[in-house]
Amino acid sequence: MKRMLLALVATALLCAVGPAMAAQHKQGGEAVVTFNNDLTTLDPQVGYDWQNWSVIKAIFNGLMDYEPGTTKLVPDLAESYTISNDGRTYTFKLRKGIKFHNGRPMTSADVKWSLEHAIDPTTQSPGAGYFSSIVGYDDMVKGKSKTLSGVATPDDGTVVITLSRPDATFLHIMAINFAFVVPKEEVMKAGADWGRKPVGTGAFKFVEWVPGQRLVLERNKDYYKPGLPYLDKLTFDFGLDPTVAVLKLKRGEVDIVGDGIPPAQFAQAMADPANKDLIAVGDQLHTGYVTMDVKTPPLDKLKVRQAINMAINKERIVKIINNRAVVATQALPPAMPGYNPDNKGYPYDPAQAKKLLAEAGLADGFSTELYVMNVDPNPRIAQAIQQDLAAIGIKVEIRSLNQAEVIAAGGAGKAPMIWSGGMAWIADFPDPNNFYYGILGCEGAVEGGWNWSKYCNKSLDDRGHAADAMVKPDQQAERIKLWSGIFDDVLKDAPWVPIFNEKRFTYHSARLGGDPVLYTDPIHIPVNYEYIYDKDIQ
Amino acid sequence: MLTYLAKRIAASFVILIGVSMVTFSLTYLVPADPVAMIAGRNSTAETRQIIRQQLGLDRPFVIQYVDYVARLAHGDFGRSYARKTSVASLIFSRLPATLLLMLGAISAELLLGIPAGIYAASRRGRRSDKAVMTLSFVGVSAPQFVVGLTLLYIFAYMLDWFPLGGYGSFRHLILPALTLGIAGGGWYSRMMRSSMIDVLRQDYVRTARAKGMPEWRVVLKHALRNAILPIIAMVGLDIGIFMSGVVVVESVFGWPGVGQLMWQAIQALDIPIIMGVTITAATFIILGNFVADLLAPLVDPRIRLR
Repeated sequence: MKRMLLALVATALLCAVGPAMAAQHKQGGEAVVTFNNDLTTLDPQVGYDWQNWSVIKAIFNGLMDYEPGTTKLVPDLAESYTISNDGRTYTFKLRKGIKFHNGRPMTSADVKWSLEHAIDPTTQSPGAGYFSSIVGYDDMVKGKSKTLSGVATPDDGTVVITLSRPDATFLHIMAINFAFVVPKEEVMKAGADWGRKPVGTGAFKFVEWVPGQRLVLERNKDYYKPGLPYLDKLTFDFGLDPTVAVLKLKRGEVDIVGDGIPPAQFAQAMADPANKDLIAVGDQLHTGYVTMDVKTPPLDKLKVRQAINMAINKERIVKIINNRAVVATQALPPAMPGYNPDNKGYPYDPAQAKKLLAEAGLADGFSTELYVMNVDPNPRIAQAIQQDLAAIGIKVEIRSLNQAEVIAAGGAGKAPMIWSGGMAWIADFPDPNNFYYGILGCEGAVEGGWNWSKYCNKSLDDRGHAADAMVKPDQQAERIKLWSGIFDDVLKDAPWVPIFNEKRFTYHSARLGGDPVLYTDPIHIPVNYEYIYDKDIQ
Repeated sequence: MLTYLAKRIAASFVILIGVSMVTFSLTYLVPADPVAMIAGRNSTAETRQIIRQQLGLDRPFVIQYVDYVARLAHGDFGRSYARKTSVASLIFSRLPATLLLMLGAISAELLLGIPAGIYAASRRGRRSDKAVMTLSFVGVSAPQFVVGLTLLYIFAYMLDWFPLGGYGSFRHLILPALTLGIAGGGWYSRMMRSSMIDVLRQDYVRTARAKGMPEWRVVLKHALRNAILPIIAMVGLDIGIFMSGVVVVESVFGWPGVGQLMWQAIQALDIPIIMGVTITAATFIILGNFVADLLAPLVDPRIRLR
């Protein structure tokens, strides 16, 4: 009975696909997107920067995806799925008729091989760890096996994945780029150049990539979603400074400024009435925060960390970046399930902050260091923090360094305080646990980890693991509440000062149409290329 | 001549080895971890260790260096950590654009700088001299980003005489070459001026004038040939500097040169690319100096290569 219930729910999810994603516009037209940096790779198992993430999503598919512009999971290459009672076996039924760009039909063997390819140490996938809950992962990683025993393919259209423990985020992991399906023969043939010659099942086919100059994609005429994508051709131009890209957009030579509006022109661009419909604004799964090393005195005292939380004027910092963000009250961003709108966090109260410092025995203040990435506006934000803390007697020395050096200092536990701007943290998928383990959990508090405060609260970790074991659909609301509670308790321990949640601003030409959420998609960051269309040919 | 060549080539190898050693050590000493940059935010410690092993970054420093040089001797620049593609192919794909920009920039700076310097020298002490020197001072001091953007805004965006950045035709080359030429031209005009002033003081110049030769012939036929020597040496150096990339101008004009490749690699701590571009640039600097040294005796027969 429970099995049937689960199957019904899964099919209900399938029906939810209907109206939002049906093709409504005429196909045709092109778009030109600019990026300052050349893309590094189009290999879905390797590519992990914010520029290639959505381009890879345009070329490949996974078993699952999200409704465009939302954080709602929907089946993609899978037509439906069922979850066993104990939550450890997922059976995916693949859609029929899906072909790779080279013409070959996709089968369950391809799904299995793609997961194996992601876990294979020689692939060097940054996301291999996401698949650790699949049975057989450890054997593959240690080199004892070349295949993943936990993935079975009883027939060409069915994939059965068995997990070593129930994992409530498993469907999110099946939607992430690292799990995208790739054709083995093309990967083998291209060898180390596979990242430059991608072949997938996605909405757009790869045409050419002139390194450092441009990438051209064209519409996949055999794409399984009828009538999609709308655009015939996508061109990415590289090497252009965002300031010049904006000039080119005004002249109609470029359609989307991929890097976002340059800070120096932001206020002017937003104030220009001609740009009213051209700048899409959306939320991201982002929080910018200051980490405090909880292992190093005097930041190891709770009252000191709370004092720092109350001393920083977050509104002023948001003004420094021209209101491109909203003040953050907690670790989770508002767009993330589990965000607690009733939790207002620590108020801005310098008087109270000084009192707390005195209670901690540090009425005369102390000296410390604040590490920051040296790209504007982060040094200016660091200066604002420095001034705020000086007002309560804390002398902060700013260490403005190259991104890689700050990350290394944080990983090594050398940095008492770090402003995360430009480096962290955006969620890889819309689940609260992606905002916990790596940056607040014990497993991230190791050498080289991203938990720069080295905060390790085992009881919270255990509560998190217990919540992640709740996989049934009727448990999901309860699970999110549990995570909400975990983050409320994190805030009480104050390992961070959450400062702001950045919004995404995408500047595009008048010719390109589509709901603004498509240009600030929280998953297909920043643009969901499948659903944008050319207004001129409608 | 042959011994001279042999000595130069041997010296070049020594320089290149030295450059590779220093650069490699520097990348190793930087307090940052390339594996952390590749593995990204959500990697587990296990994944980071796997990547470290796969890239051979868990081996001792000396072993890594010797391995690198051994491969370099076979022409293998290795593979980029982030892109996985061969560094050689990445650099070679950007060389034509870099070469073109270098030629354009050197032409622009010579066309602007030499006439300005000659004119200032011939009008030494007068107001026109001061005016030219002030202009050259501005040219040298103005930030390339500002100059480039200003030229782009006026001549491409407002007047539409040139394309808004990009690469492909002669028209695309003019504004970036001019941007670089204005800064370089400032230097060359000053150098030309002081060199010219020295030469115009010489006795043989006085003799030429006494013979009744028109001033322009004195300057252009006799003085210039002698004054141009330091310029030639500087051009040799410039070749090398431009071949290591000019990231600011490349970024403003969307010019796919080696500078942008290097800049991205430095940010991501992509060591193979950093090494590859540094060694390529060093090679071009050596070549540029070599060409300048070979040209010197053609201009001044008193110079002998030893």
